[in-house]
Amino acid sequence: MQIKDHIREEQAFLGRAVVSGLLVIMALLALGARLFQLQVVEHDHFTTLSKDNRVKLRPLPPTRGLIYDRSGVLLAQNRPAYSLELIPEQVKDVEGTLERLSRYIEIDADDRERFDRLRRRKRRFDSVPIRVNLDPEEAARFAVVRHLFPGVDIKAQLLRHYPFAAATSHLLGYVGRISTRDLETIDTSNYAGTSHIGKTGLEKSYEAVLHGEVGVQQVEVNSVGRVVRVLEETPPEPGQDLHLHLDIGLQRIALEALGDYNGAVVAMDPRNGGILALASKPGYNPNLFVEGISRRDYKALQDNHDRPLYDRALRGQYPPGSTIKPFIGLAGLETGTIRYDTTYYCPGYFQLPGHEHKYRDWKKSGHGPVDLDIAITQSCDVFYYKLAHNMGIDAMSSYLANFGFGRRTGIDLVGESRGILPSREWKRRNKHQPWYPGETIIAGIGQGYFLTTPLQLAAATAAIANGGHLVQPHVVDYLQTRGSKERIPIPRHDEPIPVVSQADWDDVRVAMEHVVQGARGTARRIRSVAYHMAGKTGTAQVFTVGQEEEYEEEKVSHKNRDHALFIAYAPTEDPQIAIAVVVENGGHGGTTAAPVARKVMDAWLLPRLYGSDAKIANDVTDAPTTSTPRDGT
Amino acid sequence: MSLHPAELGDLTPSDPNRRQGVLARYHLDLPLLVGLLLLSTYGLVVLYSASGQDIGQVERQLLRFLLAFGVMVGVAQIRPDQLRRWSPWLYLVGTLLLVLVLVIGDVGKGAQRWLDLGVIRFQPSEMVKLAVPMMLAWYLYDKPLAPSVRHLGVAVVLMAVPVLLIAKQPDLGTSLLVASAGVFVLFLAGISWQLIAGLFTAAAAAAPIAWHFMRDYQKQRVLTFLDPEKDPLGAGYHIIQSKIAIGSGGLWGKGWLNGTQSQLDFLPERHTDFIFAVLAEELGLVGVSLLLALYLFIILRGLYIATRAQDTYGRLLAGSLTLVFFVYLLVNVGMVSGLLPVVGVPLPLISYGGTSLVTLMAGFGMLMSIHTHRKLLPR
Repeated sequence: MQIKDHIREEQAFLGRAVVSGLLVIMALLALGARLFQLQVVEHDHFTTLSKDNRVKLRPLPPTRGLIYDRSGVLLAQNRPAYSLELIPEQVKDVEGTLERLSRYIEIDADDRERFDRLRRRKRRFDSVPIRVNLDPEEAARFAVVRHLFPGVDIKAQLLRHYPFAAATSHLLGYVGRISTRDLETIDTSNYAGTSHIGKTGLEKSYEAVLHGEVGVQQVEVNSVGRVVRVLEETPPEPGQDLHLHLDIGLQRIALEALGDYNGAVVAMDPRNGGILALASKPGYNPNLFVEGISRRDYKALQDNHDRPLYDRALRGQYPPGSTIKPFIGLAGLETGTIRYDTTYYCPGYFQLPGHEHKYRDWKKSGHGPVDLDIAITQSCDVFYYKLAHNMGIDAMSSYLANFGFGRRTGIDLVGESRGILPSREWKRRNKHQPWYPGETIIAGIGQGYFLTTPLQLAAATAAIANGGHLVQPHVVDYLQTRGSKERIPIPRHDEPIPVVSQADWDDVRVAMEHVVQGARGTARRIRSVAYHMAGKTGTAQVFTVGQEEEYEEEKVSHKNRDHALFIAYAPTEDPQIAIAVVVENGGHGGTTAAPVARKVMDAWLLPRLYGSDAKIANDVTDAPTTSTPRDGT
Repeated sequence: MSLHPAELGDLTPSDPNRRQGVLARYHLDLPLLVGLLLLSTYGLVVLYSASGQDIGQVERQLLRFLLAFGVMVGVAQIRPDQLRRWSPWLYLVGTLLLVLVLVIGDVGKGAQRWLDLGVIRFQPSEMVKLAVPMMLAWYLYDKPLAPSVRHLGVAVVLMAVPVLLIAKQPDLGTSLLVASAGVFVLFLAGISWQLIAGLFTAAAAAAPIAWHFMRDYQKQRVLTFLDPEKDPLGAGYHIIQSKIAIGSGGLWGKGWLNGTQSQLDFLPERHTDFIFAVLAEELGLVGVSLLLALYLFIILRGLYIATRAQDTYGRLLAGSLTLVFFVYLLVNVGMVSGLLPVVGVPLPLISYGGTSLVTLMAGFGMLMSIHTHRKLLPR
């Protein structure tokens, strides 16, 4: 054991401190020598360089890659735009100048606010926009009086424009001015000269390929720094174009089909995961954000009760309700809990052994004896209460995890929600509580803690349609460099789901087909003779009904009405499209959500199955339109 | 040993019987204070020119100075033994916050250094700049020096954890500063020269690992240093222009506000990382020498305070903080004059901006505290 020797340590420290001091002095002398070399020895050389320093390098920003839909329709373009800009250093009286300018060109309060904000951020010799998007007439008006305003000039630049505005708002996102926060994550020299950067949606997730590489221009300047001529130029490399799987026609049909409701429609190709439509309603006009949205417009968007900025397709989390039934039915078959012909009796309610609480079926009188086919076709709840109870939460949630519930799908867009796949583990971690048996029962009909996004539902439906491949959804099909024919495909990802018995999968698919095509199916009203569709209706509760009360649609205010859900794929023999529809406060899955899916499927499949000119008798088969029961819970 | 009260009364600064100046009462060290005030005034003068004569920017910087000096005075009131007792907690909290920042950064998918506390945004790596030397000094405080191999091993781990966390952010400049703070503590603690040589070798061997941790843009910077032509718009061009600015300044300079390189916008980042080039162009070698002399004065005063400190903790902490201050200077001037690669390190008290200013001044507050809270011990 050593003992501290204070005196010796103090002396040792003194030694080290002196060495440090000497090292500092030596290093400073070295710096001094370097500066002496630059400032005295090589002074003449650098003076010459400085006097001849007429060559400045100017960055040439690359043009941003364009975004096309699958048939080459332009979704995001670069439009020339004129802006009126002012260089504070060259203007003596900025306020007076703006005042005089407003006699020729309208400058409103929002313009002033943006001008003041940007001026604070920029250096005195940087030009600051006063007005953006001048129309040609305004530009001409200014050109006449330009000589009266030294330091003010019109600048032409390319501005991003989204021709379909709200229809593509969540999907494409938008670009906005580069913020100080953005600067922390980008290579600043590649963004020298670039004013905008992708903020959300595809514009953000594909920023690296859309932006391109900066170019350089050597320019000669005069003694006060004005550009005299261009000496040499390395042109910028434009960003790559994105070609999407998405079909803009289908996207618009999906939005139209939602009518006045808010909601989301996700349609994907179950064979490769390509997103055909990704619609969230309502949307917003992304063009407002490109040149800086005014505070008033932004507040209006934020305060809007319909939450237009919220991407329901990716972020909206809804209880799957009865749309989970095919998956749980498959879980029951594959885990050996039931067989296809296993029959449970449905008296209209279910009770846990030794408990009073009645878990009710949506059909008060009960379905009688029910097998899996009837349970899916007519959406019997009691069958699923019993199935869930017999299977247990652990087997159920570990099987459902195969379908991607409770985790991000990994789509090539930012900000996707995870949803919740209820399990013992999840509850312990998030609620710090044990799992209760009753929670298994309601999880069996997609209620309780269960939450899914429309995107997750579509991907899971695709996996049933394609026979067990959880394909990662993606929006972009391939990239293309401008002027080149070469297509650079986006890598695909596919997770196989273990198939115990192919027959189980076929059984569930047949039951889903009966939902639409069968005489007693909950979605029989959208039956089509042109192709066969398989689907499942669902209803997600917004409002909890008391134990002895009954949900009566008329008595519940619109905001509290159930969300209507529908998942489907078609044609059943060779699925080409899988779809998930959520209609907020739409009531029944069969009456409001299913027709939306039918419209989208028709638009997609009819031209593909029969050619675009074919006229087919494709009317909805006359189904009895008696008062509709509440389709499942 | 016994102390005679009269003996104490004559020499203890905190003795109430002694007539005290304002400086002593508020635990301020006059030479250090004067040095810092002169340096920051010099900085504001240069900033006025470098900002393109934007008085607004000078005012904002002045406000930051006021805040930073306030922090320094506040810290100087804390007794060194309290600082010592807080050291491990500060270190623990700082390291946890670094982890938190990384976790949040993961979610946000990008570089993340800031922690948003609602009211203020806060950079945990700044806190760690102080916490690492404090922690090492705390650890070695009661150990016999020079430290044994085991103690040294623990100290290196204590240092490496936050350094790697910061490098992962990624913020290479700051992680180098934090690492140097730790290395200085170990050097001052008296590790043998053979070990120092060994560490240098190890550092050279670790370079490929550091390369692995770097993001693309950081690798780009290193490559640019090796071959400036590679990035004519970025760092390569910056260095060429800043060398022209410094060289053409000559002995006396082109005069305040009259630098052509600076005023005509040939110099990049002229009010932040490259402000030294503005000073060198407009005020010449004379102005530069004055600046370096002020720095030298502050550093020597800091080292003197370290040698006069009364326990291992004070000695190691004061010495390390002073030498880190010097590293800022060395790295910045080395970069601007083309001796070192471009690393985003500001010129302390001269560059515009406030993130590292508060940390630096808090460090000087600790130096003052260590110096002014001494009690007389028999020698």
